[in-house]
Amino acid sequence: MTDPTPSLTPSQTVGPFLHLILPWPDGPDVVPSDTAGRVVISGRVLDGEGNGLADALVETWQADPDGHFAHPDDPRGTIAPAVSGFRGFGRVPTGPDGAYAIATVKPGGLPTADGGIEAPHLDVSVFARGLLDRVVTRIYFDDEAAANAADPVLAALPDPARRDTLIAGAEPGGYRFDIHLQGDRETVFFDV
Amino acid sequence: MTGQRVNHRVAAPTDAVGDRYVRPQGVHPKLASPDYRSTRLRAPRQPLVPLPQRLTEITGPLFGTDRVTDSDADLTRQHDGEPLGQRIVVHGRVLDGDGRPVPHTLVEIWQANASGRYRHAVDNWPAPIDPNFSGGGRVVTGADGTYEFTTIQPGAYPWGNHPNAWRPAHIHFSLFGRAFTQRLVTQMYFPGDPLLPYDPIYQSTPPAARERLISRFDWDATRPDWALGFAFDIVLRGRTATPMEEPHDD
Repeated sequence: MTDPTPSLTPSQTVGPFLHLILPWPDGPDVVPSDTAGRVVISGRVLDGEGNGLADALVETWQADPDGHFAHPDDPRGTIAPAVSGFRGFGRVPTGPDGAYAIATVKPGGLPTADGGIEAPHLDVSVFARGLLDRVVTRIYFDDEAAANAADPVLAALPDPARRDTLIAGAEPGGYRFDIHLQGDRETVFFDV
Repeated sequence: MTGQRVNHRVAAPTDAVGDRYVRPQGVHPKLASPDYRSTRLRAPRQPLVPLPQRLTEITGPLFGTDRVTDSDADLTRQHDGEPLGQRIVVHGRVLDGDGRPVPHTLVEIWQANASGRYRHAVDNWPAPIDPNFSGGGRVVTGADGTYEFTTIQPGAYPWGNHPNAWRPAHIHFSLFGRAFTQRLVTQMYFPGDPLLPYDPIYQSTPPAARERLISRFDWDATRPDWALGFAFDIVLRGRTATPMEEPHDD
């Protein structure tokens, strides 16, 4: 076995009692409710038998609509968000049927260091009882076909059926994105 | 510098840019750890796909004290009365893998009460709720990465994983660091707990790393006539030894 990376603290499951502190009343609101272009991304978190997880936590992180992060490690400089009140971060516990929803704006594309462009996407963490470490996935958008076709992460997934697990479908008011932890439609999860 | 351009790039399979943050080896539990029964229908079966660390991964939410109120650091003072149980101080530092403090980062904790009961709708084993204990706390680390909570020693509790299964006493921790890649949710255990060898969650952790989850009794943090002290440092992923350097024109 490989020697463990020095000193790093191991992950443990979030367990079923995360609701004691982790949900925030405004957690699902990445943007204020009156934001122009606001969309709701919703779906369910499902186990290997297709049952919804009633005790999961979904977190999202994304660029603003101009493709910037208000963060000191964005090498293009810290730029105030293009949308007033934009937080970039969403956090929501699943409901009894595994459903979650966040309200946000679609992010812009992002330049890569080798001159490419990442298609608009959100990074997603899922925490739950039975997950000893978070699982990480991405949400892309089905109305960004040209950008998705040029995206380096999607391009690295050779199986179209696997790739499609990362693409949210447009629906009235927003997008639909289900997260399958196991099964025929298991979502692509990333080692980040 | 003399105009020499240093460009420490590490080749990655899918991109010309290397990782900024170390990818842990042999630290985290395997998702597929069937002795922990809830993993069986929830742990993904497909191998994880390597995701190059680009802008979304090297940034992350930065929270200030706006998410924290005064009573959030002392779980014994969130109600009119005092909770029952052994009062403890839990403190430590949040560091990255290079030993640098992680300042001004949000730390959230939650735990059972002294009887081992969570104040939660799905916890209904026959141990008493403590009306003076909610079991949730938040702090932001100081400029030196330090944090401190005052709380109650949590009790052990039974769970349905296998016959006569008991979780060792623990406090849940949630941390953000400064980048999406550094996000960590973990559990802190107590030294000498006889339940640790029997706990499939603790035991799912690679043997060489698991003792990092056990806090240390800290005499110096123990407050005379008030509370026992425990120290628990948390180490998030550090920068890679040969970090990505953007070329620049100066």
